[in-house]
Amino acid sequence: MTSVANSPVNMSLTPTKTTAAQPSKRTGPRASDSLPPSTLVRWLRDMFLIREFENRTAQAYQQAKIGGFCHLYTGQEATAVGTIAALNPDDPIVTAYRDHGHALARGMDPGACMAEMFGKATGCAKGKGGSMHMFDKPNWLFGGHGIVGAQTPLGTGLAFAAKYEVEVMKRGVDGGPAKKKVSLAYLGDGALNQGALHEAMNLAGLYGIPVIYIVENNGYSMGTSIDRGTTMSEDLRKKADAYGIRGEIIDGLDVIDLYDAFKPVVDWCRENQKPAFVDLKTYRYLGHSMSDPQKYRTKEEVDQYKAKDSIDRLAAHLMEDRKGADGKPVLTEQQFMDIQTEVKATVKAALDFAEASPIPDESELYTDVFVNPQPNLSPTCEYTHGAKNPLL
Amino acid sequence: MPRTDVMKQKGLTLVDAINEALEQEMIRDERVVLLGEDVGANGGVFRVTEGLQKIFGKDRVIDTPLAESGIMGSAIGLAMAGMRPIPEIQFEGFLGPAFDQLTNHAARYRSRTRGAITIPMTVRVPVGGGIHAPELHSDSPEAIYAHTPGLKVVMPCTPVDAKGLLTAAIRDPDPVVFFEPKRVYRSFREEVPEEEYTIPIGQAKVVSEGTDLTVVTWGASVFECLAAIDKLPEDVSIELIDLRTIYPIDLDTIVQSVQKTGRCVIVHEAPKTSGFGAEISSLIQENCFLHLKAPVQRVAGFDTVMPYYKLELDYLPDSKRIAESVTQTLAY
Repeated sequence: MTSVANSPVNMSLTPTKTTAAQPSKRTGPRASDSLPPSTLVRWLRDMFLIREFENRTAQAYQQAKIGGFCHLYTGQEATAVGTIAALNPDDPIVTAYRDHGHALARGMDPGACMAEMFGKATGCAKGKGGSMHMFDKPNWLFGGHGIVGAQTPLGTGLAFAAKYEVEVMKRGVDGGPAKKKVSLAYLGDGALNQGALHEAMNLAGLYGIPVIYIVENNGYSMGTSIDRGTTMSEDLRKKADAYGIRGEIIDGLDVIDLYDAFKPVVDWCRENQKPAFVDLKTYRYLGHSMSDPQKYRTKEEVDQYKAKDSIDRLAAHLMEDRKGADGKPVLTEQQFMDIQTEVKATVKAALDFAEASPIPDESELYTDVFVNPQPNLSPTCEYTHGAKNPLL
Repeated sequence: MPRTDVMKQKGLTLVDAINEALEQEMIRDERVVLLGEDVGANGGVFRVTEGLQKIFGKDRVIDTPLAESGIMGSAIGLAMAGMRPIPEIQFEGFLGPAFDQLTNHAARYRSRTRGAITIPMTVRVPVGGGIHAPELHSDSPEAIYAHTPGLKVVMPCTPVDAKGLLTAAIRDPDPVVFFEPKRVYRSFREEVPEEEYTIPIGQAKVVSEGTDLTVVTWGASVFECLAAIDKLPEDVSIELIDLRTIYPIDLDTIVQSVQKTGRCVIVHEAPKTSGFGAEISSLIQENCFLHLKAPVQRVAGFDTVMPYYKLELDYLPDSKRIAESVTQTLAY
């Protein structure tokens, strides 16, 4: 190996480090001031639901009840809950493959979500999509997506459609009234480097499309820390600048702060029909996927973030700082325990539902490739154990 | 990665063999560099490049951002400048973002520049189903790349073949798409020569000789075909061909075999329509027409998107389907 030690190639591919820009401190009225305490308690419940759901997902995965790859949201709960809280229910969203949290925050039935991962016929995509492909059209969730960054042009198109309804058709494509909408296109920090994002941002800036690109910046693109993977990681707003898009940095670990900072961005995009780009600082506690040796970070680093846990923070806030009209905290310890009991039962029920649900019939192999039925599909399709394609 | 006691006793896996080929070629030729998502510190998504960054340093085993078009495009640039880049694309579905660079650039530069510029690049890509992954992580797109003039497409399924073919691919003057059947990565061990060696690209392997029927296959399906042959009566004599290289195809080995047996079943994981089996079937009728005793059959995936894992084994050609097709072809 001497030739390596004496190698003339010494390009030092290590990026330079600079001081990171921080979320700006806000002054004046906060968007969350006007929210009733019950809304904040529901956020707590939803975040705890995602946490518990992911814990049980990990167990089911380890018991080989879930196949494929599985990317858990644990640690990032505040980002999905806080951003989706700032939307109207019919604002479309797309996300990447770490999508269970968004699905639950958007209101997907936990049973359908779990059954999808189990590959069962009762899953949100009939057990044909799996963990990375959560779709819930009634709740305006247009998918988890498996190719990094590839969802961002889709989010742009969804917003484009809404703008087209308002400005050109002056009615909705469904015949109803046109509505000013905002779409959210979530991406991980790894997707910052994919061409698709940059093409989408250029289009959004060029046409004034009301899409918000939310970088759920957990600091790691799989095993590559952000400063090793992308330029200007100390201030990602510069990337948005390049496309004439409003850029924001927001702390994603405190759900109330997040909402306070994010809601005005949503309102601004909706009102002005313009795009935005948000660097939402968060952290994932677990590996990139279930098979990640995590050689790229230390346990101490993970513990530092766990000490700032978003669920603990919100619970403490509601039980201590936030007072109702009667001067008492808006949440008692007993109420928090009741929430936990209810959530655990809900997730247990989701698991039981997934477990008890049937495997898709093998005829499902042939459905939904084109509009059904599809008599010309695979003309010679005697398959699996002699069964015939039922569509023929 | 040094050979461990386990390796010495039980042989190498596909992963070990590929790792060894990479290490030996990197020692032999300083122009060889690896680049890809997490190939360095983390050793790659399937840990195929484990340990190589420790040996060769960060300048030769390069952790890239998550950007397949950028990885492929810059690897092509390295190759144009005379390097021997080996980009790793984590899953065959992720070739999508890199498709433009691979098919519109890498495949065409020799032709476009009339030989002035060539792309000696080996693209390593885990391929195929059977590991309970969803679509984009289980597909078999070899026909798409075999249909792209200017690309060589290789898919070995044994550690010995993988080491020899990868070494040949790295030394090849043209771009090679090196598909690694992920189902086999750690499921099969065999003794692999420790010294470096090559197996020529474009040479199929007769796994077992026979006289009644030829089975042509490649990738993880080779093992399903072996299981299918075990299911057949003992007096049935099957010639099993592992294609190893999809393109350029080893026509001679197939034609010689089918002219001898008169019957052929082709097995692959990819969807049936326009799969590479269609090409082989066509070549057989062009070259063996008067020798054929039965129509050439294909056992393949279906013309649907690769299903999620509960239906995965229904989709993939299994030994039962293969044995049935062989039996029917023999009875024709």
